[in-house]
Amino acid sequence: MKILDSITAISRRKSPWVYCLNAGSCNGCDIEVAACLSPRYDVEQVGVLREGSPKHADILIVTGPLTLRTRDALLDIFAQIPRPRAVVAIGSCPASGNVFAGSPAVVGALAQVIPVDVYVPGCPPRPQTILQGCLQAAMLLAEGKTHDQQGDARRAG
Amino acid sequence: MSVLADAVFALLLWPGLVGGAALAWLLLWIQRKLTARLQGRKGPPFYQPFFDFVKLLGKETVQAGGIDRSLLFGLPLASLGAATAALALIPVPGNPMPPFAGDLVLVLYLLEMPALCEVLAGYSSRSLYGQVGASREAVLSLGYNLPFLAAVAALAIRAKSLTLRALAAAPIGPVHLAAALALLLSLPARLKRNPFSIPNAEQEIVAGPFTEFSGVPLALFELAHGLELVAYLGLFITLFMQVGGATPGFYLIAGVALVALLTILATATARLTVHQAFRFYWRWGAAAAAAALVLAKIW
Repeated sequence: MKILDSITAISRRKSPWVYCLNAGSCNGCDIEVAACLSPRYDVEQVGVLREGSPKHADILIVTGPLTLRTRDALLDIFAQIPRPRAVVAIGSCPASGNVFAGSPAVVGALAQVIPVDVYVPGCPPRPQTILQGCLQAAMLLAEGKTHDQQGDARRAG
Repeated sequence: MSVLADAVFALLLWPGLVGGAALAWLLLWIQRKLTARLQGRKGPPFYQPFFDFVKLLGKETVQAGGIDRSLLFGLPLASLGAATAALALIPVPGNPMPPFAGDLVLVLYLLEMPALCEVLAGYSSRSLYGQVGASREAVLSLGYNLPFLAAVAALAIRAKSLTLRALAAAPIGPVHLAAALALLLSLPARLKRNPFSIPNAEQEIVAGPFTEFSGVPLALFELAHGLELVAYLGLFITLFMQVGGATPGFYLIAGVALVALLTILATATARLTVHQAFRFYWRWGAAAAAAALVLAKIW
């Protein structure tokens, strides 16, 4: 059983499939995420695949300050991602709300709603940093150290 | 008793589940790597399909609303079982499965099962994207089956037999050329590669019939698709490429060459619409099918 567990752990590190969610972003971070898929950075060489269905994903990538309108969609999509799962917040907006903090249309930091495992800093972050964030999240998944695997039952209603 | 042992060996070890899965992962990797290289990317390492499969096995299976649990696991299992059985019947080198009259018909039926399971999976998932994907697959199967079945029927008429080994042993003639062309035309749509990646159209209709499937069922569907790929390539090489001798090395080289051909076609083309693909198959596919059948009768 120990061998099986270690193979599963390696496979989680080697095959992180991502689902990208724009939670009200200005599109700046999304362009940098798209650059990751391009020949120059090619995330597929480390096993990352961008999936269209949240049910196929391991990592949820969130860009943008969480607006009131996207909050329910975010919770819905997060609930559809099968465990174990990790959340990567791209850029300053999901970390703090950035310049939009305090706006009546914005919820604020992403961590108020779902547990965030990795923050990727920048406005927007460089593609290398996004790639590094995804690999860090995959490493957390393999080690069983994501909030999800550690039993953080934080759920906003 | 030994017949039973041979059948079990063929189903589970070679060329069935274990050997077939290893080959499938190799061929799927070659597909992805070659696609990446043609797009100027580096591409995934060779162990990628294996780890993708293991990771999906280790994930939670989300029970989608409204889909019956027996269907959620039953459809991928039926798909995988049919693909494995089809592979076990194809006389690749080292296959201990004894030939029997009419095994060709059984192989054709079993090869149809994964597509049928996919259609049912799409409809049973109650997802809008799944249903669109399922209807596209159902329509397209009416198109690509015309040249596929006609090609095999022409060979059967020529060899006057419904046994795969008899078809493979028949001397190569002009009918083989037309039939090979018809079968090659149907392969990209059968394997859902560009320009016929219409049913699973990623990004366009999310993931088609598999949108609502996760974890173990998704892993089984992916494995069934890989085994299907190996089965089609094995069938093609068995029927048409016996000239180089039926050594395992020749099978491997010819299989890789076919995968490369399909991948180059897939990267060089964009996705067609359903009616364009259907028209293509009922025009050029039908022409190739008619040529094969006529040649089988008169030559």
